[in-house]
Amino acid sequence: MAILNLAEREEALRDLLDEIAPALGDVLLETAVVRGELTLRVQTSAIQRVLAYLRDQPQCQFKQLIDLCGVDYPERSERFEVVYHLLSLKHNQRIRVKVATDETTPVPSVTGVFGAADWYERETWDMYGVYFADHPDLRRLLTDYGFEGHPLRKDFPQTGYVEVRYDDEQKRVVYEPVSLRQDWRSFDFLSPWEGSGVLPGDEKADGAAGGG
Amino acid sequence: MADITLQNYTMNFGPQHPAAHGVLRLVLELDGEVVERADPHIGLLHRGTEKLIEYRPYIQSVGYFDRLDYVSPLSQEHAYVLAIENLLGIEIPERAKYIRVLYDEITRILNHLLNITTMALDIGAMTPLLWGFEEREKLMEFYERVSGARLHAKYYRPGGVARDLPRGLVEDIAAWMKTFPKVLDDIERLLNDNRIFRQRTVDIGAVSTEDALDLGFTGPMLRASGLPWDLRKSQPYEVYERMEFDIPVGRHGDCFDRYLVRMAEMRESLKIMAQCLEQLPGGPIKIADQKITPPSRADLKRSMESLIHHFKLYTEGFHVPAGETYAAVEAPKGEFGVYLVSDGTNRPYRCRIRASSFPHLAALEAMSKGHMLPDIPAIIGSIDIVFGEIDR
Repeated sequence: MAILNLAEREEALRDLLDEIAPALGDVLLETAVVRGELTLRVQTSAIQRVLAYLRDQPQCQFKQLIDLCGVDYPERSERFEVVYHLLSLKHNQRIRVKVATDETTPVPSVTGVFGAADWYERETWDMYGVYFADHPDLRRLLTDYGFEGHPLRKDFPQTGYVEVRYDDEQKRVVYEPVSLRQDWRSFDFLSPWEGSGVLPGDEKADGAAGGG
Repeated sequence: MADITLQNYTMNFGPQHPAAHGVLRLVLELDGEVVERADPHIGLLHRGTEKLIEYRPYIQSVGYFDRLDYVSPLSQEHAYVLAIENLLGIEIPERAKYIRVLYDEITRILNHLLNITTMALDIGAMTPLLWGFEEREKLMEFYERVSGARLHAKYYRPGGVARDLPRGLVEDIAAWMKTFPKVLDDIERLLNDNRIFRQRTVDIGAVSTEDALDLGFTGPMLRASGLPWDLRKSQPYEVYERMEFDIPVGRHGDCFDRYLVRMAEMRESLKIMAQCLEQLPGGPIKIADQKITPPSRADLKRSMESLIHHFKLYTEGFHVPAGETYAAVEAPKGEFGVYLVSDGTNRPYRCRIRASSFPHLAALEAMSKGHMLPDIPAIIGSIDIVFGEIDR
């Protein structure tokens, strides 16, 4: 288990990729080695098989599921990405596997492959509403009992919808719609002259200037 | 004889329980005093950190990482700034690397002292807590002298650290390091051969090596189960590859081994700190690129360019090239990782926080099944959980 620098690490990951690519065949949709990190994008339905393969093959030995999380891209047709980070202690390598899904398509649960996936999948379900098929106990994990919505989705407001307080008259905690004492402020700090946007006042000149 | 039906009963442990190390609601199903099922209900401290980070420029989120695992703040900031530096493709100055390693190890001792002493307290030993917390107080003073805050330091920044070590601090840390092994010896003498402590921890919550891998254990939990895996050795960041230290490994993976591993790790941390102090080079503590690090206060008064840089940095922040990265550090509780997705603007598109003790708590049921109810506090104590980090 040698410690490698960035170039050697990328070399080793490319070698690994060359070995596993034929075996995975057409379930492998896209691969990339960037900044010493290997990313595989695979078909959603094949995720169990891919992870079991990566875990068991002698040249992979990715025995540990380090992380599993969701990412939301609302503009895509399959808006959610589920990202698996695996670690191989034997070869001292990491790999990232991604699958895509939408609100309704379930992702096969990998709890059968990695025991650690249990809570990670519950959290992803809670935060993004990605449904994991055949998960033994897919309850919400982090949010309140009876919570509605999936807070890490990009279309969920940062303030949420309900707030709680203790009501002295009813002698219990009550839920109420969020009321902000002050208008919600979201600052746009992106300077207009560095982005691709049109400078204020230039929108009229668009087209009329004709290359000026 | 009348039919007697036996029924298991369900008990709530927490959410406010002194041995739960925070707000953990544990629904226990007991057969007499034997635990049949343990179902942790977490999220009582959920603050939506990952959501908040998506709405702020990169530098403004460093403070959130202090508040995750609030007994080892700097290790977590480290993972975050490493992820940003990775995407920006910058290399920080030598001195900053040494300072980071030094403070990572101070953080490790802070964390382990809290964990070991509170675990001992949970199972009946009061004295180590009093001794350990005295040392913690001294270490937090080192935090304060360098950052101005005892707990939530916010000291690491993308591109280096916030400010240089004040005069005299290196000598004071060196002086403290001479006195600390004595405290460790005292704690060990109290606990190692203590009959009660051993009866409460040996063979309790044992996890085999295979199970530890399957359940995603990292850090001291994995090492106690017999695997010599440490990111500081195997995937070294900053200057860890120049440090000489050993990886303590346990054999049985029970609560007692975890305690021993943590005790040994503190001594290794002292070794690393001594090497840091010895090799500490001079020079800058952050990179000179003022698009990423702020200009000095003195420049601000004289140079217009510095003033503009300062204003831009603290309003707009810096733009991070589009891409994704996963940066992990060996935090005191295990691997702490940050998966950062950038879309090229000044705010992260997604910042996933891989909490180090999250999988450990998830394995609580596997560890506690078949044990007695009083073993639960021992197991919870030994897995070293802090809810700021688990609930995020």
